[in-house]
Amino acid sequence: MSRYVSARVVQLIFIIFFISIVAFLLVHLLPGDPTLAILGPNDTAQARAELLKQLGLNRPLPVQYWTWITNVFRGNLGISFLTHQTVSNAIGVAFPIDLELIIVSQLLAFIVSIPLSLIAALRPNRLFDRIATTSTYGMLAVPTFVVAVILVLLFAVKIHIFPATGFNPLAQGLGPNLKSVLLPSISLAVGSVAIYYRLLRADMIATLQEDFITMARAKGLSTPYILIRHALRPSSFALLAGAGLSIGSLFTGAFVVEILFQLPGIGFQLIQAIDSRDYLVVQGMALVAAIAYVVINFGVDILFTFLDPRVRRG
Amino acid sequence: MSPRRRRPHLVFPDASELEEPLLDVQDLRTYFHTARGVVKANDGVSFTLNRGKTLGVVGESGSGKTVLTRSIMGLLPNIQLERSGSVRFAGHELTSLTAHQLRDVWGTQMAVIFQDPMTALNPVVRVDRQLTESLRIRLGLDRRAAHDTAIALLGSVGIPAPEQRMRNYPHELSGGMRQRVMIAIALACGPKLVLADEPTTGLDVTLQAQILDLLASLQRERSMGMILVTHDLGVVANRADDIAVMYAGRIVEQAPTKDLFSHTRMPYTEALLRSIPRLADPSHTRLRAIPGRPPDLASLPDGCPFAPRCPYAQDRCLTDDPPPRTAGAGHLFRCWFPVGSPEGEDALARNVAAGVPAALAFTGALAGAAISVTTVSVTATAVVTGSLAPDASLVPPAVPLVVPPVVPPVVSPGPAEGANGDATAGES
Ligand SMILES: Nc1ncnc2c1ncn2[C@@H]1O[C@H](COP(=O)(O)OP(=O)(O)OP(=O)(O)O)[C@@H](O)[C@H]1O
Ligand code: SF4
Ligand SMILES: [Mg+2]
Repeated sequence: MSRYVSARVVQLIFIIFFISIVAFLLVHLLPGDPTLAILGPNDTAQARAELLKQLGLNRPLPVQYWTWITNVFRGNLGISFLTHQTVSNAIGVAFPIDLELIIVSQLLAFIVSIPLSLIAALRPNRLFDRIATTSTYGMLAVPTFVVAVILVLLFAVKIHIFPATGFNPLAQGLGPNLKSVLLPSISLAVGSVAIYYRLLRADMIATLQEDFITMARAKGLSTPYILIRHALRPSSFALLAGAGLSIGSLFTGAFVVEILFQLPGIGFQLIQAIDSRDYLVVQGMALVAAIAYVVINFGVDILFTFLDPRVRRG
Repeated sequence: MSPRRRRPHLVFPDASELEEPLLDVQDLRTYFHTARGVVKANDGVSFTLNRGKTLGVVGESGSGKTVLTRSIMGLLPNIQLERSGSVRFAGHELTSLTAHQLRDVWGTQMAVIFQDPMTALNPVVRVDRQLTESLRIRLGLDRRAAHDTAIALLGSVGIPAPEQRMRNYPHELSGGMRQRVMIAIALACGPKLVLADEPTTGLDVTLQAQILDLLASLQRERSMGMILVTHDLGVVANRADDIAVMYAGRIVEQAPTKDLFSHTRMPYTEALLRSIPRLADPSHTRLRAIPGRPPDLASLPDGCPFAPRCPYAQDRCLTDDPPPRTAGAGHLFRCWFPVGSPEGEDALARNVAAGVPAALAFTGALAGAAISVTTVSVTATAVVTGSLAPDASLVPPAVPLVVPPVVPPVVSPGPAEGANGDATAGES
C-alpha cells in the first residue's frame, strides 16, 4: 500500500513541476516585452528597467524559472499592477471562498444524489427511477446561471432570507457566512446532483445483480443494510472519479456563479485579470487552480485504495 | 449503520418435533417472462426431503437447478417472474409469505451455498463482517460473542489460523479457503436446510472431496437437510439419500440413490451415467457431453423434451409428453420406453436397426464406456449390471458399468490443503 502511495506522490510532484513550468511560461513567453506583461502598460521606463534587472529577464529561461520558483516558494507571486495588492493576498482571499463553495455544494449534491440513486437502483425503470432520472436530466439541461437567477429571484428578492450578492467570511460568524454561500452552492450543486445520480445509479444497478448481494439477502439482512453496507462501496468508484474531476474543475469552473453572486473566488478573479491583462494575477490564480485540481484527483486515487482492497498491493 | 438485532416474526418448530417432511415441494413452476417468450425454468417440480437427509439434484447446465434452489427460497427478483406451486418448509407455506416474513427463513432456517465463492463473497468486505453480521443481526450476539463464534465456525470448517483469516478480504484467500468461508457463513445461524448449489465446481478433485466430506460431516452433526446440486452424478453417488435428475426444468427421474443406479429407468439418466468423469480424466472435465443440446426453455417441444437426443425415442415421444410413472417405492420417472423394460429394449433395437444417429452414437459410446470402465479400480460405489444390453447382437456384452468414486479417500481437511496453496493469505 505505501509503495502505491509513494509512487503516486512522485507522480504528483512531477505533474506539479510541469504545471509550474506552464504557468511560468505563460508570462515569459508572451509576445513583446515581458515587463509590459508584468507591470502593465502604464508604468514608467525606469520601473521597467528595474524589474528587468531584478528578475534577470535577459538571462536564460532556466535561470529565470529558478528565480521565479524560489520566489513562489517564499509566497512571493508578484504584485497586481491594477490593485497594487500582492498576488498571494488575492489568492488568500479567493481560495477559501472556493473551498467553501465546493464543500457546501458537493455535500448538498451527495446528500441528494446518493439516496436518490440507491432507491432508484432498487427498481430500475419503475416509477421512482423514471421520475428521478427525468428530473435530474432536466437539472442537467438548465444552465447554472439560470438556476442562480431563479434562486436569487425567489430567496433574495421575493423573500429576503438570503443575500443576493456578496461574501461574508467565516470571521463574521457562521450564520451570515453560510447564508452568503448557500444560494451559490445550490446553484453549483444542481449540475453535480444530475451527474452523481447517473454515475451511482448505473453502478448500483450492476452491483445489485451480483451474487454477493443475493448472498447478503439470503442471510436475511434488511434492504437498507444491504444497500449501504454491501452495495454502496463497490458501486462508488465511478462516482468518486467523477466527483474528483468535477470538484477539481470547480476551482475555476465556478466563475459564472461567482460573478453572479459577486464572490471574489479564483474563477472570478481569474476572469477579471485576463480581461485587464493583469498577467501576474492570471499566473498565480491559474497555478493555484491547477495544483488544486491535481491534488484533489490525487486524493481520489488514494481513496480508491481504501474503497477497493484489491487495489492495495505491495 | 450498526448491526441491530432483528426480531423474528415467524415461529419455527424444532426440526425434531416436526411431523411432516422438512421440505415438501409440490408442482413448483418458475417462469420468467422475457423478450424471447416465457422461459419455463422450473415446470412442475415436486419432491420431499426429510430432516437430516440429502437430496442430490443432477442435470446439465441450464436444466434449472439454480433457479430451483432460488425459487424454493423465494430469493428470485420479482420482476417478470411467475411462480406457482407449493413450498412447505418446517410447517410454513413459503410461497404465501411476504418478503418481510421470508427474512425470518433466510439464514436462520434455510441457507444457501453458492457455486462460486469468488462472486458470492463481497470483495470489499473482510471475512470478519461477512461472517459476524448475520450472527449479530439475526441471532443478536454482541460484538465479542459474534467474533468468538465466528472464529469457532472458521475452525470447524477446517480453516487454520482463523483469527488471521478474519481480517482477510476474499481475494486474499485461496479457492478452497473461500469455499470453506462460504460454508461457515451459510451455517453460521444454524439452518435446518442447506441448499448447496454446485459447491465444489472449479475446485480440484482433492479439494472437492474435502469440501464435500466437510459438508457431510457438518450435516450429520447438525442433522440438517441438504439439497446438493451438481452436474456430476459421480459427486452425489455416495453422498445423497435420494437423487433427482433434472432435464429442461423438470425432474425426469427420482429415486433412492441405490435404486437410481441399479434400476435406471430414464434414457437421460442412463446417458448421464455414461458421462461421469473417470479417474483418468483431467480434473476439470465437465460432463462428457451427451450429443445434442437441451431444448430452449422458452419454446419447449410438444412431446418429451429429451426426444431429439434420445436413443430410445419413437414417434409417440414427439407428440405425447410422458407423465410421471412409478417403478417401486419412491422411484419416479417420465418416459414412454423406459430403460430395462421390454418396450425400451425394443425401441432401442428398432432405432439401431433404422440407423437413428442418437441410437448409434449411444451404442458406440456404450462400447467405449465399457472398455474404459473395466480399467477402473475396484473401490466402486455403485454397480449397474448389464440389464442395459439384453441383446448381445446389438450392444456389447454385459460388462459391469461402474460408477467410479470421483474422489480419493477422505483426507482430514485443513492442514493438507493449507500446506498446498493457501499461502496467498500470507502477511504482506
Ligand atoms: N432471471 C432470469 N430470467 C430469464 N431466464 C432465466 C433467469 N434465470 C435463469 N434463467 C434461465 O433458466 C434456465 C435455467 O437456469 P439455471 O441457472 O437454473 O440452470 P442450472 O441448471 O443451474 O445450470 P448451471 O449448471 O449452468 O448452473 C436457463 O436457461 C437460464 O437462462
Ligand atoms: S424414450 Fe421417449 S419418452 Fe422416453 S426419454 Fe426417450 S424420448 Fe422421452
Ligand atoms: Mg446453476
